[in-house]
Amino acid sequence: MTSLPTHTQRKLGLVIDLDTCVGCHACVVSCKGWNTENYGAPLSDQDPYGAEPSGTFLNRVHSYEVQPTDGAAQLVHFPKSCLHCDNAPCVTVCPTGASYKRQEDGIVLVNEDACIGCGLCAWACPYGAREMDMAAKVMKKCTLCVDRIYNENLPEVDRVPACVRTCPSNARHFGDLADPGSAVSQLVAARGGMDLMPEQGTAPVNKYLPPRIKDRLDQSDQIDILAPFLAPVTDQPKGFLGWLDKALDRL
Amino acid sequence: MHPAPSIIAFTTLSGLGFGLFFWLGIGMPGSTGMVAFVFFAIAFALAGGGLIASAFHLGHPERGLLAFTQWRSSWLSREAVLAVATLAVMGLYAIGRIFLGTTWVPLGWLGAALAQGTVLATAMIYAQMKTVPRWRSILTPALFLSLSLGGGALLAGQVTWALILLVVAGALQLAWWWQGDRAFAASCTTMASATGLGAAGQIRAFEPPHTGPNYLLREMVHVIGRKHARKLRIMAFGMGYVLPVVLLLIPFSHVMGALAVISHVAGILAARWLFFAEAEHVVGLYYGKR
Ligand code: SF4
Ligand code: SF4
Ligand code: SF4
Repeated sequence: MTSLPTHTQRKLGLVIDLDTCVGCHACVVSCKGWNTENYGAPLSDQDPYGAEPSGTFLNRVHSYEVQPTDGAAQLVHFPKSCLHCDNAPCVTVCPTGASYKRQEDGIVLVNEDACIGCGLCAWACPYGAREMDMAAKVMKKCTLCVDRIYNENLPEVDRVPACVRTCPSNARHFGDLADPGSAVSQLVAARGGMDLMPEQGTAPVNKYLPPRIKDRLDQSDQIDILAPFLAPVTDQPKGFLGWLDKALDRL
Repeated sequence: MHPAPSIIAFTTLSGLGFGLFFWLGIGMPGSTGMVAFVFFAIAFALAGGGLIASAFHLGHPERGLLAFTQWRSSWLSREAVLAVATLAVMGLYAIGRIFLGTTWVPLGWLGAALAQGTVLATAMIYAQMKTVPRWRSILTPALFLSLSLGGGALLAGQVTWALILLVVAGALQLAWWWQGDRAFAASCTTMASATGLGAAGQIRAFEPPHTGPNYLLREMVHVIGRKHARKLRIMAFGMGYVLPVVLLLIPFSHVMGALAVISHVAGILAARWLFFAEAEHVVGLYYGKR
């Protein structure tokens, strides 16, 4: 049924820290690695070693340059995967019931056996979180690694999404955002976690932590006590140096 | 958005076919026998042909029956249900008119309502997309419905109605373009809201996540072809609306009628191409594109 649940008991999702993400794309690779051999159809590539390689990914990292009105520009790396929206427009447009949001934990999934590959859900998602697989002709999206987080065959430390487990700079956090006491909820509260495109009314579960202002070399105060002694001695050389200066000028 | 030929053909032809069904359903014209056969054959070819063209767009048409299940929430599912219901009701009604020489009036009216319900559902698939501001307007279903009724009247030989409805549709087309050109800015979705980085300064896409093309860019960030949008709009408007109206105003002959139909269909196909090619999806903002 592609009607949305009125309420989900938990809201499992990710908190992504734009301050610490270094843009290494490790989460992109680990996501592709895990998900190409687990839930559903593999994530195919087309022309992978040719001139125009293209493929299906569930997680991608953009990079933006932010230029403040004064001071140095800042580079922000921006990972983006499905935000498991509470008010997911991708679910309600699906004609077959293949797209659904789980009542128990809020994860948005695609039942690939029922997907007719119409692509309408990808149109409805404002974030570009859904990609049609060109080989399997079904819609692929982030599963929040549903086959890891409940998987008792894995050591407990691995029962988190592949991208979270891999991230070397701890920029991705996984947890229940419906529980105000959870570590992720506290992180969101402490760091001012935000929604992407709030005006679209999707009520995303995933939150983004804004980057802090980086060190500003151009604005740092000079506190070097020797600095006055290193200032240029004179602008107007006298004596021999003055004569040389003028002579060279005249040449 | 990527202007897929199958969807352009489907929405244009089936819109015309369901429009013709509407006029046949309300008994304008109320012909029976062989004449009725020709009218119904054209309507079934257009509506059915459009539906088949749309199936080519699917990745898994063999699972198509599942698309009839989610009519409670999905406009695409509603469209499928209504289209098949229209074809079934009109098929029965056509048997009465062609072979029995009788007109089952209530059945005809039901079919007419279902036919326009189908067109409404098609239009709502686009009008519901908050992600494509140009489409998200009450004018989208108004334009689709008036075009279906106007084009249907043209095919049904209802000259007076065709004249009125094509003028109305032309006015709606102009209003839709006018509003569409302002819709993206009015939607308030910007790179700043997409990334949440607006407070920090001016945002520029520095590096895309992938060096090659991908599904999102191919499907949703179609920027080629917009260059000629202005010229195409003039062509679409001239052929789709102005010329048919002029041809209908000069004393009626079948040749002029046929020319009006051909010109109208060509113009609407061009307008429908623009409907997709000019539509900007908000996901383009993540790539610094529109
Ligand atoms: S991010 Fe996109 S795909 Fe994921 S739930 Fe929200 S609308 Fe659906
Ligand atoms: S592509 Fe598949 S999951 Fe998406 S709307 Fe169509 S049938 Fe549903
Ligand atoms: S949660 Fe899993 S599927 Fe989703 S982006 Fe992370 S690794 Fe990929």
